[in-house]
Amino acid sequence: MNPTDIVDQQYLRDDIPNFSPGDTIKVHVKVKEGGRERVQVFQGAVIRRHGAGVRETFTVRKVSFGVGVERTFPVHSPVIDLIEPVTRGDVRRAKLYYLRDRIGKAAKIKEKR
Amino acid sequence: MKGILGKKVGMTQIFDEDARVVPVTVVKVAGCRVGQVKTLETDGYEAMQLCLGEKKRSKATKPEIGHAKKYEIEPARHTVEVRSVGPPPYESGQSVTADIFADGDLVDVVGVSKGKGFTGVMKRHNFAGQRASHGAHRIHRHPGSIGMCATPSRVFKGKRMAGRHGAQQTTVHNLTIVAADPEREIILLKGAVPGPKGGLVLVRGQAKKKLLKQKGIL
Repeated sequence: MNPTDIVDQQYLRDDIPNFSPGDTIKVHVKVKEGGRERVQVFQGAVIRRHGAGVRETFTVRKVSFGVGVERTFPVHSPVIDLIEPVTRGDVRRAKLYYLRDRIGKAAKIKEKR
Repeated sequence: MKGILGKKVGMTQIFDEDARVVPVTVVKVAGCRVGQVKTLETDGYEAMQLCLGEKKRSKATKPEIGHAKKYEIEPARHTVEVRSVGPPPYESGQSVTADIFADGDLVDVVGVSKGKGFTGVMKRHNFAGQRASHGAHRIHRHPGSIGMCATPSRVFKGKRMAGRHGAQQTTVHNLTIVAADPEREIILLKGAVPGPKGGLVLVRGQAKKKLLKQKGIL
């Protein structure tokens, strides 16, 4: 229980599914272009979750045209339309930074069975 | 000038309409009320006293009780005088709530900064310290020379040295009010506010701008 909960509570989202580092997820991101809003999907592996409460963030890594791309989102951000878990990963660490040094098959995450 | 006393609750973050993260300090402003109101005729200057918290009559001093009796208020834990440009907009005994401020207002916040104890010159005065290597021997965080030689054969007054740091009244100018909620009795200020959690803070209208405008500079 934090003293700032009186403010935090209203910003917490309850529609966020459970996911952890190693999982592959689809993040549906709301993008504003001009006056219009559309949804963009960012799919990749979760390489970390950081912080707690309203300040919690997670980072998704994907390799796009041979270039590694990482995006960090606040878990409770209104910019996230939907989080869709794709696969559960079987990993032994909480922070998967070692994936940055690996390419191709070595960067594959085992699936949890 | 508008003003309200409160207690710092802590910092957190909220999301604005564009889903951007805004760092905010939460200030609890429950039970703030006006004590004495000073006017030009009676006191020679214009100001108001803001009071916060209860003080048992058995714990209050006689002058405090006499002062409270004169202005028909209860003795308070904290009393702070706020200078006013023009007659204060309050009456004695009136309670002050968060709705004196609107979202987007700019305010000054006065608090007592966190005490750091006895600190060296690098932390206290932002000195650069000395080299890490090239013969430096146990003087990495020292101030270096503090003056000249036989002339003047003394250290100048006000020479910045190590000593007590923090726990001083500090004012932060022009913070934005992100939200002022009289129902929950809180004010959200964008950015940091001096003092520890639970510390007394005064949130008041801008001093600089108002004074400058009155003098016709702005």
